[in-house]
Order: sequence, then C-alpha cells, then structure tokens
Amino acid sequence: MTDTDNVIEISHLAFSRGERAIFKDINISIPRGKITAVMGPSGSGKTTLLKMIGGQLTPDAGGVKVSGVPVAGRSRKALFAMRKKMGMLFQSGALFSDMSVFENVAFPLQVNTDLEPSLINSIVLMKLQAVGLRGAVDLMPSELSGGMARRVALARAIALDPEIVMYDEPFAGQDPIGMGVLVTLIKKLNQSLGHTSVIISHDIQETLSIADYICIMAEGKIIAAGSAQQIRESSSAQVQQFINGHPDGPVPFHYPAEDYLAQLKG
Amino acid sequence: MNYIDKLFDFLALLGHAGISKLAGLGRAAIILGYALVAWPQPKSNFKLVVKQLYNVGVKSLLIVAVSGLFIGMVLGLQGYTILVDFGSEQSVGQMVALSLVRELAPVVTALLFAGRAGSALTAEIGLMKATEQLASLEMIGVDPLRRIVAPRLWAGFISMPILSMIFAVVGVYGGALVSIEWLGVYSGAYWSVMQGAVDFYDDVLNGVIKAVVFGIAVTWIALYQGLESIPTSEGISQSTTRTVVYSSLIILGLDFVLTALMFGDV
Repeated sequence: MTDTDNVIEISHLAFSRGERAIFKDINISIPRGKITAVMGPSGSGKTTLLKMIGGQLTPDAGGVKVSGVPVAGRSRKALFAMRKKMGMLFQSGALFSDMSVFENVAFPLQVNTDLEPSLINSIVLMKLQAVGLRGAVDLMPSELSGGMARRVALARAIALDPEIVMYDEPFAGQDPIGMGVLVTLIKKLNQSLGHTSVIISHDIQETLSIADYICIMAEGKIIAAGSAQQIRESSSAQVQQFINGHPDGPVPFHYPAEDYLAQLKG
Repeated sequence: MNYIDKLFDFLALLGHAGISKLAGLGRAAIILGYALVAWPQPKSNFKLVVKQLYNVGVKSLLIVAVSGLFIGMVLGLQGYTILVDFGSEQSVGQMVALSLVRELAPVVTALLFAGRAGSALTAEIGLMKATEQLASLEMIGVDPLRRIVAPRLWAGFISMPILSMIFAVVGVYGGALVSIEWLGVYSGAYWSVMQGAVDFYDDVLNGVIKAVVFGIAVTWIALYQGLESIPTSEGISQSTTRTVVYSSLIILGLDFVLTALMFGDV
C-alpha cells in the first residue's frame, strides 16, 4: 500500500448543498501521528469536511479513505466500528447535559468496551487529570465554564485512545488563558499519545504555532498547503489576506451588488 | 412560451415538494423501524426505557388525573340534567362510563399527552441536535436512533394506554362524586347500571386500542419533528408547535376512523 503513512486520504472530493458547491476538488493527505490543520474562512465547509471523514455526510464525488478503506459505502455497522477509532471534539463541546462530567467521560468506555467499572473509573480519572479537571469530576455540564466544558469534551474524545482525534474550531470563543491551555493540551496529547490530530480552525496564530502541516481552503478548493513557514511565506494574495486578516483583497469587503451610484440615483 | 415556462416551474415545484415529503415519510418509517427492533431488553436498554417512562408517563400523571376528574364531574352534571327530563337519571353512571372509556379518555388523554410529553420530547431531541449531542453520540460509535429515540418511543407506547385508563377511572369517580354525593342519584343504581352496560371487549378494550394507536402516533410525530428540526431557536420552536398541531389533528382524525371501524356497524 502506498498510503501507509497517510492515515486519511481525501481525493477529488466534491460536495454541494442545493445549488451551492461547497467542495469542488479537494485533495488532502493527512500524515499519521502529526497535527494537520485545515484552515479557511467561515462558511468554507470546514466542519462539513470533518463530517465526511466521520462518515456523517456522503460526498457527491471523490472520496475519503481512512486507513486505506473508503468511508462512503461502509455499512452502518462498519461505520460505527470505524468511529470507535476516532475521537471528535465538537465546537460546542457537545457534552451530554443529563450526565455528570464523570459519566460523560466514562460513556464511550461503557458502551464500547467490557472493562470492569473500577478500571473505567481509573481511566476516567487519568483522562481528566490529563486535561487538568480531575477536581471537576462530579460537576454537571451546566456548572462548567465554556473552556472547562471543552476540556471535558477533549477528555471524552480521547477516552478510547483513538487513532485519530478531530478538533472542530477548538479555539473559538475561548479567553486567552483557555486558548493557551488548549493549544498546549492539543500539542502535548498529540506527542504523548501518538494519535493523528486534525484541527479545523480559523485562529491563525494558535493553529500555525502547533500544526505540522497546514491546508488553506477557500471557495471549495485548497489554495495553499505546507508547513507553517511555507504558508507564512506564500506568495498568494488570497493566503496573505487570510493569514494577515486584511479587510479587503481577493476576498472583497463588499458583498456583490449592483453599481453603487446607479442604485443611489434610483 | 411564458405560460409553458410557468407551468413547468409549477410542475417542478410540485414534484420537488412531493419528493421531499416522500423522503420525510421514509425517514419517519426508518425511525419507527429502528425503535421496534430496539424493544426494551433487560440487558441493554431497560434502564433507559424506565427513565423515559418516568419523564413521559409519570410526569404527565397529574395533568391527566386532574383533567379526568373534572371531565368526569362535568359528564355527571350534564348527563344528569339531560336524563332527569326523561326520568332516567339512574342511568347517569352508564353515560359517564361509556363516554369516558369509548371516547373521552383516549382522546383527551392523547391531546394532553401531545401537549405535555410530545412537545417536551420534540424540544429535547431538537436541542440535542442543536448542541451536537446527537452527532457526538454517532462519533462515539453509538447509534442515536437506538440510544435516544427508541427508549422514548417505547416509553410513549407503554405509558399512553396506562394514562388513558387512569383518566377513565378517575373520571368515573368524578362522575360518581357529582351524581351521587351532590345530585342524589342512588349509588347502587349508578354502579350497577354502569356494570351492566359496559362491555369489556366492546368498550374497554376498544378504548385501550385507541389509546395505544394515539400513543404511537403522538410519540412518533414528536420524535420525528425533533430529529428533523432546524437546529436554531426558531427551528426548534416551529417543530414543537408542529408536534402539537399535527398530533392533535391526527388524534382527532384517527379517532373518527377507529370509531367508525369499532362502533360503526351498530
């Protein structure tokens, strides 16, 4: 097999919602054990991409392969088996609101393994220790701050020691300290647990500081790919606008409209 | 030319609406199919069903019992004032019991059940969808149809007929309270006429069948609307409203059909 080093292979992916084409021709190889970031403006379909890797959405053309096997076309059972090897951190945390922190982290272990309750107890405490929230084990999700909820969700995502951990906007809406904590955690967990990390984000500095490999997506295509250094030095005006946050450029400030003067004159 | 274009546009619109309605029906059928397969089993989901029985059934008990009492009292009062003109006020027990077991208990309980439990189910599932809890269950490798939807459906199926029977019993006592204690109907007549007139198979069992059918309809609609809701505050409020409106209409429509089938040949 040629792709032993790439745990996820996305090739010629196309997808549209109604009339709007979200992906036109996306090709990304995600190397094993590294942190890969997919960046792009809001509405560029980053979350949709994660849903396709997890098999929650089916592409119109092209495909996603995880560990060399196509995701689309798997039976429901095979799909759920594949997902047990994946952890996903949702943007909202997505903690189960009727379960305590402990129950949330224990849940994947209880439903997917036959481990003894005492062993599950130890694993949950270890995962919570890793994200610094062992003291919050008995709290309910409604009692957690936004940053804490996301760390609990991270502990739940890594509970089964997955091969792939996907992060959907992990830094969105975090205060500076929470952001710093998450950046460090993602890097540390990636190094110590050896899983493959996929980050979807538009927080440039945080993402560039930890990602080994970065793709920038816009208008349904990959417009740049490479290391943080290569992205910073990219000659593409679109990439420069995105990473430096210029208000006007290839992506125009104005939403397409008829001629200004003509409209004012009626 | 213009007319033909408009006609084609209209046909396309019609076809599109038809296809999307049909697809919706298909998804609803899948929900029901999955739930029927995932019937309560002591090993896997018994605890979940019991928890939902509490949420859906026990918590609806108060409103159902109080409504039953008042409706029974009103039936006693109205029945007495009509029957006394014919000198047959001793038959008020028969009138109260037959109206309740055949008609009012299943219908009114189902309407109350749609408002109390159906709307809550839709809002709960809709919010789970909006906060990505359903998506995160899928990513953990747990099928939300089995884990979340099936126990709720079964709880609805089981609790609705029981609630309807409680409604009828309380109503009969409400009728007795008014006719015997207040209006002075002889208690022996009230109970013995009722006992002679109410048939177990024709009346009681048919009433229970109605309640079972309404229970399936209301819970099914509520869960489908929750799963299909647009995950925004406006979308969830619309779905909740739809649950109550559709359920109420379906209950009344089905009631006519069932009544015609059960009692129409007299």
